[in-house]
Amino acid sequence: MMLHTLSIGELAKKLAAKQISSLELTNHFLERIVRLNPALNAVITLTAEQARREAAAADARRAAGETGLVLGIPLIHKDIFCTEGVRTSCGSRMLDNFVSPYDATVVARLKSAGAVMLGKANMDEFAMGSSNETSFYGPVKNPWDLTKVPGGSSGGSAAATAAGLAAFATGTDTGGSIRQPAALTGVTGFKPTYGRVSRYGMIAFASSLDQAGVFTHSAEDAAISLRAIAGFDSKDSTSVDTPVPDYLASLNEPMVGLKVGLLKEFFEGLDARNAALIEAAIAEFKKLGAQTQEVSLPNLPLSVPTYYVVAPAECSSNLSRFDGVRFGHRCEDPKDLMDLYKRSRGEGFGSEVKRRIMTGTYVLSAGYYDAYYLKAQKIRQLITDDFRRAFEQVDVLIGPTTPTPAFAIGAKMDDPITMYLNDIYTIGANLAGLPAVSIPCGLIDSLPMGVQLVGPHFSESRLLNAAHGYQKVTNWHRLAPAGFA
Amino acid sequence: MGRQLMSLTRQDVEKIAHLARLQVTEAEMPVYVNSLSAIVDFVAELAKVDTRNVEPMAHPLVGQRQRLRPDEITETDQHEKYQLNAPKVQASLYVVPRVIE
Repeated sequence: MMLHTLSIGELAKKLAAKQISSLELTNHFLERIVRLNPALNAVITLTAEQARREAAAADARRAAGETGLVLGIPLIHKDIFCTEGVRTSCGSRMLDNFVSPYDATVVARLKSAGAVMLGKANMDEFAMGSSNETSFYGPVKNPWDLTKVPGGSSGGSAAATAAGLAAFATGTDTGGSIRQPAALTGVTGFKPTYGRVSRYGMIAFASSLDQAGVFTHSAEDAAISLRAIAGFDSKDSTSVDTPVPDYLASLNEPMVGLKVGLLKEFFEGLDARNAALIEAAIAEFKKLGAQTQEVSLPNLPLSVPTYYVVAPAECSSNLSRFDGVRFGHRCEDPKDLMDLYKRSRGEGFGSEVKRRIMTGTYVLSAGYYDAYYLKAQKIRQLITDDFRRAFEQVDVLIGPTTPTPAFAIGAKMDDPITMYLNDIYTIGANLAGLPAVSIPCGLIDSLPMGVQLVGPHFSESRLLNAAHGYQKVTNWHRLAPAGFA
Repeated sequence: MGRQLMSLTRQDVEKIAHLARLQVTEAEMPVYVNSLSAIVDFVAELAKVDTRNVEPMAHPLVGQRQRLRPDEITETDQHEKYQLNAPKVQASLYVVPRVIE
């Protein structure tokens, strides 16, 4: 049975009708992971026994009359989320031996809703990367072409979803780490408003930018899974205490009159084939009743350099906790405390993480703080003001998710700036804390591409509604990579 | 890359690495001098932007305040569980090289 091609909604119906059990569904995905993952390296920890126990428990809960759209649905967590009793590595040698003593709120919520964790997904080390090549556990391969990257940092979650290794996967997005890999692997990737989903137990990279989200086969599945993880959490001091709407209820509302802003800065210099796909997507939105107008965000081109001051600064501060004393890697035979710190961190962190820590240390250091960090924070305000003004004119913004389709493994590893520019279209939403979604919109050279929608704070319902409307009249989101159908 | 004028010198990178408590090997050093210089050059663009009268933004949600919780004990003592992840523990204490002579 092609259970891995079904949506969460369809699987939930089959579970409710007792056509399948969660244990059968879980075994189906576990068999696929064992068979297909060696070629992909998307899953770095398989929790098969625990998954079967959780599936049996979900079946028992259903037999006792409980219902729920994610009850018994198998998923994979990005290895940035702490999972009690299960290794939580964050893709780093530093945490290769770390077994979390507690669950992240995202994990706890899905667990209590009865979702089944199959394992943990590979990722760029500490979520720093756009190609999933910085992982201590080796690169993830793109299921559409095994010589290509899946994007990053949530590359394992994206590849696992695209290859049908789980019904959905969790991810995190600091500068595009959900949307960019979703685009490059042909799946739907949703990054909610900053503060919508708890960051508790999500290993911090850049705390004012990090936000958890989901990888799914459709906007409808994103609505289901997002609802399961969103909501106020007193354990996250930046969690927002606003009720979570029923994202499914508004999914099918008509799109007539929706004002879609064409982001001028996103179309300047855009590759012609990429532009053609985005234009075709815009034409679909128009057919559905949307109105379009061009809007300009003059400061948006500054978002990449702004990000590469703000994010490394926060990273250098956050990663100072890895000191070789309380948890994580410790070097052999330290001769004094300074040697212990320096060698434990030097050995435990990979080269990109060290680069970002040093960038952050530099921009925060005495004499440079005002020139770099404070300056970047001010420009972040200018970019955010641009978005606010744009949303006075339009309901959502539309543009590409990435400049190109997936590139070859190894192609950009020697040049950090070229790698950083992969996130040129996604970083703005993080700086302003906005919700955004990437949905598949076509192929270039037989590789998937995404179109991105960005909305004002807490406009998740509207974004999901627009993405679902598009997916009702198109089939790009149904395409699966040939070797993994 | 040849001999180019870098924005950061080897001495700069050594100082940054020390501040960050990171050991950088001999082999890594030229790579970091190069790439950190490139990043510093890349973000130099920001200096040209007029930011007079702009407040620095530290948090993405306008008007959002960091909450304070009541000063009550909510955590139970679970140090044994937490110390299972520690590299070296003795008598419930984290062991490090001698600090005070």
